[in-house]
Amino acid sequence: MGEEEGLHQTPFLDTMFVRGLKRKCFDGEEDIEGTLAGIKAIPSYNLQRQSLLDMSLVKLQLCHMLVEPNLCRSVLIANTVRQIQEEMTQDGTWQMINTQSTGQASLDRLVSTDILCRSSRDHQAEGKHGPAYGTFNKDFESDQAQDNSETMSTASAVQTPRNLQSNVWEMESPQENKGNFQKSLDQIFETLENKSPNTVEDLFSEVDNSYYDLDTMLTGMMSNTKMGHCDSLETFPSPTNTASNSNCKSDLNDLDHIVEILVES
Amino acid sequence: MFWGRTSTFVQKMKNYRKTDEGTNELQCHPCAPSDIISTVEFNHTGELLATGDKGGRVVIFQREPESKNEPYNQGEYNVYSTFQSHEPEFDYLKSLEIEEKINKIKWLPQQNAAHSLLSTNDKTIKLWKITERDKRPEGYNLKDEEGKLKDLSTVTSLQVPVLKPMDLMVEVTPRRIFANGHTYHVNSISVNSDCETYMSADDLRINLWHLAITDRSFNIVDIKPANMEDLTEVITASEFHPHHCNLFVYSSSKGSLRLCDMRASALCDKHSKLYEEPEDPSNRSFFSEIISSVSDVKFSHSGRYMLTRDYLTVKVWDLNMETKPVETYQVHDYLRSKLCSLYENDCIFDKFECAWNGSDSVIMTGAYNNFFRMFDRNTKRDVTLEASRESSKPRAILKPRRVCVGGKRRKDDISVDSLDFTKKILHTAWHPTENIIAIAATNNLYIFQDKVNSEMH
Repeated sequence: MGEEEGLHQTPFLDTMFVRGLKRKCFDGEEDIEGTLAGIKAIPSYNLQRQSLLDMSLVKLQLCHMLVEPNLCRSVLIANTVRQIQEEMTQDGTWQMINTQSTGQASLDRLVSTDILCRSSRDHQAEGKHGPAYGTFNKDFESDQAQDNSETMSTASAVQTPRNLQSNVWEMESPQENKGNFQKSLDQIFETLENKSPNTVEDLFSEVDNSYYDLDTMLTGMMSNTKMGHCDSLETFPSPTNTASNSNCKSDLNDLDHIVEILVES
Repeated sequence: MFWGRTSTFVQKMKNYRKTDEGTNELQCHPCAPSDIISTVEFNHTGELLATGDKGGRVVIFQREPESKNEPYNQGEYNVYSTFQSHEPEFDYLKSLEIEEKINKIKWLPQQNAAHSLLSTNDKTIKLWKITERDKRPEGYNLKDEEGKLKDLSTVTSLQVPVLKPMDLMVEVTPRRIFANGHTYHVNSISVNSDCETYMSADDLRINLWHLAITDRSFNIVDIKPANMEDLTEVITASEFHPHHCNLFVYSSSKGSLRLCDMRASALCDKHSKLYEEPEDPSNRSFFSEIISSVSDVKFSHSGRYMLTRDYLTVKVWDLNMETKPVETYQVHDYLRSKLCSLYENDCIFDKFECAWNGSDSVIMTGAYNNFFRMFDRNTKRDVTLEASRESSKPRAILKPRRVCVGGKRRKDDISVDSLDFTKKILHTAWHPTENIIAIAATNNLYIFQDKVNSEMH
């Protein structure tokens, strides 16, 4: 069962977090050397924290359910993410990542974590009771969005429980993810709040924007954005990493194609 | 105490309707997700036990009267009535399904021959009336036995209809439907001691209803921020005080309790008392807030104490002391080193309930691997028991279980890594006066009775 697997596959994370460690000063070089020296050693606190952050973001994104997601759970996860962000801001990790960004330094730039969440919820790929206003086009879009977001989420979720080594791909999370989840967290709740668009036009306009952002986010995730402390980690031989990268790249091509169609339509 | 099993019921709802009339036998069926029990509640006398499930059904069990002929059979619970309380709905505005799962059932105090209960799903609360019919009138003048009108020419004399006994029929009718009161998911309902009003709580608001009025409710707590971006805390459970009709408590996802007095103002956003334990800095981690979230709160029968359940502990709070609980019991502290895994598989968000016994001397709560725990407040002793069909035969005594955390391992101990996290006991209930407990383990309902001490101590 998933639960049992999960319990066995993150022993390192457990041992790290239980100690309630104080934050180490961020020092990319040392961390990388440390990790290089002992692959079997417990990964650094920063890696652990990063992994937790990614896991949390994936959890917030996995919202394509037919039923409204559990608000309590979402709030608790969002608070955890905020906590990590605050700590990363304090120890300078945050600034490091920001300066390495591809020209978007602002923390407030719109990200699609919540939009992905919202767009997933807006669609029922196999809904028994499709909305009355559903058209063929919209259903087509729904299916594609669902599939794509599912591919992404599944890929991410699969990476997370494995040995941290293979989380290199996870580590290459885009600037978008880090820089904007603050705003996106807020927007998640706004989204939950504003779930009843007044007009059909509003609903459709939301859908259109989300595809743009979906594309942006996924593009960002795919590209090997260089992160400060991740540079050397990219050179690690990691078969799983290569495999997933190629999978994702082919997905990206498909996605590109689909988005082209949608944007033009 | 020696706990023995008196009955086990496997939720096979569909088959209750298809029982063979002659033998009343249930047909075996694999467990469907809709059979998962989602709430358990004894009524005020303990004679009836109601369960709600994920498929929106309610099953009521009735305790058999004790007979002198079979002293060992006394007090067994059998099915009394089954009905479909809620159906799945679809919210067209939000394009979301509304689950039919029964979140809570609360019995109303019995005021006449009928029994009444409130059942709720995420959005709608319903009041059901349960009545018995064991007599029917016979000998009408105008109608014949099948109810068809008689040919008046054949009627030569008048007769007075008489009541004749018939097979017991239990009728359940919906008397009130309290709809459209909640934007968010209802997590608790609680009947006031005035027997006229009740409250329903969702993630952000608490409403006060009159049992007879369905088109209006009063909002008494609203913690929704003006800007949803600022949302960091939700309501997780709430309950009325058992004696003071003006007092109620609600718990939050940050681990705090708020006692509110409805006499103070119409909108009880300002609490009268705030119960919060300061965080232990040595145990601090990224998961501290999540595991401090209170999943259930229950007043003691005396009204003096409150019982709360968070992920790893149960705590007893004295209403007069806000700074910290008076007692804290570890339910499964061995999970503290596994929090990240439990976060990953979402188990850390499981909402366990807790219960008092009738005399408030023992508290009970569920855990994983179909284990449940009891803590005696007086002797400070605790026990772990297991609810499973394999390990307990009818009338067998439950033997205490132990979870070992490395180190010495005794025979029959379970190691932490072999715990089954899919077998969780979230819902438990304790008979109001006797040592009888009802344990819901996924789709199975177990009823255990204390063989030695039937009365409360």
